[in-house]
Amino acid sequence: MPDHLLPLDSPTAVSDPVGVAAPPALEVRGVTKRFGDVLANEDVDFRIERGRVHALLGENGAGKSTLVNIIFGLYQADTGEVRRNGEVVNLNGPRDAIAQQIGMVHQHFQLVPVLSVAENVVLGDEPTRHGVVDLGEAAAVVQRLSERFGLDIDPQSIVEDLPIGIQQRVEILRALYREVDILILDEPTAVLTPQETGHLLEVLRGLADTGVAVVFITHKLREVMAVADEITVMRRGRVVGHTVPADTDESDLASMMVGRPVELRLKRTPASPGDKMLAIVDLVVNDDRQTQALNGINLDVRAGEVVGVAGVEGNGQRELVEAVTGLRGVISGSIILDGEEIAGRPPRQISTMGVAHIPEDREKLGLIGAHTVADNMVLNRYHHRPYSRHGIRRPAAVDDEATRLVEEFDVRPPNIAAMVATLSGGNKQKVVAAREFSHESKVMVAAQPTRGIDIGNIEFIHRRLIEYRDAGMAILLVSAELDEVLGVSDRVAVIYGGRIVSCEPAEGIDRDRVGRLMLSGADG
Amino acid sequence: MRMLKPVAVPLIAVGLALGIGAIILAVSGANPIEAYGALIDGSLSSQKTVGRTLEKATPLIMGGLAVALAFRAGLFNIGGQGQLVVGGIFSAAVGFGFEGLPWIIHAPMALAVGALAGAAWGSIAGILKATRGAHEVITTIMLNFVALNLTDWLASNPWKDEGILSRTPAVEESALIPLWGSFPTGFLVAVAASIGCWYLLERTNLGFEIRSVGLNGDAARYAGISVQRIIIATMAISGLLAGAGGAIETQGVIGRYEPGFNAGLGFNGITIALLARNHPLGVIPAALLIGAMEAGGSMMQFNADVAPEITDIIEALMLLFVATPIVVRWFFSRQEAAEVSVTAGWGSS
Repeated sequence: MPDHLLPLDSPTAVSDPVGVAAPPALEVRGVTKRFGDVLANEDVDFRIERGRVHALLGENGAGKSTLVNIIFGLYQADTGEVRRNGEVVNLNGPRDAIAQQIGMVHQHFQLVPVLSVAENVVLGDEPTRHGVVDLGEAAAVVQRLSERFGLDIDPQSIVEDLPIGIQQRVEILRALYREVDILILDEPTAVLTPQETGHLLEVLRGLADTGVAVVFITHKLREVMAVADEITVMRRGRVVGHTVPADTDESDLASMMVGRPVELRLKRTPASPGDKMLAIVDLVVNDDRQTQALNGINLDVRAGEVVGVAGVEGNGQRELVEAVTGLRGVISGSIILDGEEIAGRPPRQISTMGVAHIPEDREKLGLIGAHTVADNMVLNRYHHRPYSRHGIRRPAAVDDEATRLVEEFDVRPPNIAAMVATLSGGNKQKVVAAREFSHESKVMVAAQPTRGIDIGNIEFIHRRLIEYRDAGMAILLVSAELDEVLGVSDRVAVIYGGRIVSCEPAEGIDRDRVGRLMLSGADG
Repeated sequence: MRMLKPVAVPLIAVGLALGIGAIILAVSGANPIEAYGALIDGSLSSQKTVGRTLEKATPLIMGGLAVALAFRAGLFNIGGQGQLVVGGIFSAAVGFGFEGLPWIIHAPMALAVGALAGAAWGSIAGILKATRGAHEVITTIMLNFVALNLTDWLASNPWKDEGILSRTPAVEESALIPLWGSFPTGFLVAVAASIGCWYLLERTNLGFEIRSVGLNGDAARYAGISVQRIIIATMAISGLLAGAGGAIETQGVIGRYEPGFNAGLGFNGITIALLARNHPLGVIPAALLIGAMEAGGSMMQFNADVAPEITDIIEALMLLFVATPIVVRWFFSRQEAAEVSVTAGWGSS
């Protein structure tokens, strides 16, 4: 452990604004929680101080959610205790936690879409007059809270009409309405655009300044460094480090999370683009509701370069990917693959002609969970030799290829007979990536290739993308993670409202300007 | 739940059904031991009764395969009955329509035409689903009515036998699927069909496509599989199996097509497929079980004075327990709870 990471029990590990004598707002001591054979939390100590933003950092499955769910009363610890202001408390459900003024904003919002902001906020604890819900009073209270914490929400708006970032504020308001002084947010930025994330971090800072203890779970290092007062890192159910931003940096934190040194900045040489492999010309495509999702876009990808498409989800990225891979019909325009028109051809033909596809939803599209790893490795090539002959499958050939790919892509566990559904998200994604990269295609369409997977696996997939780029593949990368687009791409296109509003070299690009383009289609 | 092996649920379901059946028998005034004795007597005691059991099981295997195969593609083929009667009447037509053919040609030809007629009938629902999105449960049920009325009409008008009964003429002897001693040869066809279905599903590209579509249609489409083509092909094969079942029944048991004679055979396929958990080889024991109950049911009726409906009730109970594994699971959870309480006493927690 680097020397600036102080031992957990050191009294100087955190500054103590209230004084050494005052107990922390909440303290978890020696908590262990087991689910079957899995040790989700092991002897975890965790302190939350008033007026501070505490980042809880760790990879998927590190035990962060288990820990906060114990604090919020959703799970009960097997051993260990939770102390509130120094007193041991029993939290047997969210109701107990709320009574202890602990609030939580879940990753998936718990709002009623058709109700107004005010109705959602007071739901379950409504102000009444003569036994009737007093919506006027509710709106007034929400208005006051919103102003006091700088949340800027109209209490009368209907929740389903609001953008995700604002809906999240409604969740925060709901907690504040119940006068919480500990607010826990589970991966609050996972669903937000960069701008919304910026606003959220400001809001969290503001809440802490009014004395609320804020705990937020994340695996995004940039946010941690930007807003946290303290940082606790978890790995495999244990707390492995506790520090403050001044004493650490992103790469230290990443190493702590993963348990080994990690290259955060992708090592890469400049691209040497070759021939135009994919040319999208005036492409018009409809979405599922038959309204226009792509309004005549133009985009080229050359051999040996990565073109990244940045954009807030729902601006036509999905339709773009599906049109190029043949999963969606084309209204007009063309898609030229190495000189040949592929628009409107069936998926199998496009795949055979040389387009590989890492789909954005690996569970729904990319894999068949009840098939084995081996069968998934040849999911779109089972009908080719040597995997079958004259329509008869040859399991030995499939197994050989799967064994090779599992080894090359380090799929764990390396068991080709296992059902794919039993693998972790990162390993599932490796199965998809292994299959798609092994086609030796001309073009790779990679949609959200690292969504929901660990830093270690993200690093792995990014390195592969660059390796195949260097080998001459043309890669179209579509991602909602701006960092990913900027880090991997050679050119960055911003998509907004079904149009490409900008396309420029990634080298020296202004991150904030890209963020503004993503949000409004203009950089003003 | 780790012990909940695929075989355990059907076995427990059968056991439970027989147990409750015994209680019902006792309540209805019969001696359960005597009744079950008669059941076994009538189904397994001699070459002749075993032959009858196999004969009863044959169309059940075919109907069960039809349902199980469709299910593997995520399709619920309720139309086995319709496909079966269409197959039955067309094999009968070939059977009585040609004279002087050698057995080696005539019988397989009648069987093939019956199977193909069933395939054609089944593929109608497949085409409707693939091209228009019509749900196969609705269309196959409707097509059952069409098939029943169509075959009734054929058997009482153009293909009617002489005499007053609405039925086709008897098929030529050269079109019969004969008994081999007391062993019905058609049973071999059904077993071969089971093995064929297993091979199709597990070892061929088409089978891989069928399973992929059934498990995750979106991923199958992504992988370049034409889901529409698989739906149509699966319904055609499903209909082929049911149609062949009707043909074997016509050529091997009845000797002609008689409206109403096959009633319920197609629907029993659903029971068989459920008992077999949609495994093509599991269909064989499931069909033998139901076949034995049907073969022995009449013996139970005569010797133990039990109403024939009792066997139907026991079959229905089996289906109920297989379809609602929660009852079976309850047995397992009690078992596990018992195990836990044993170890908890040792203070190991």
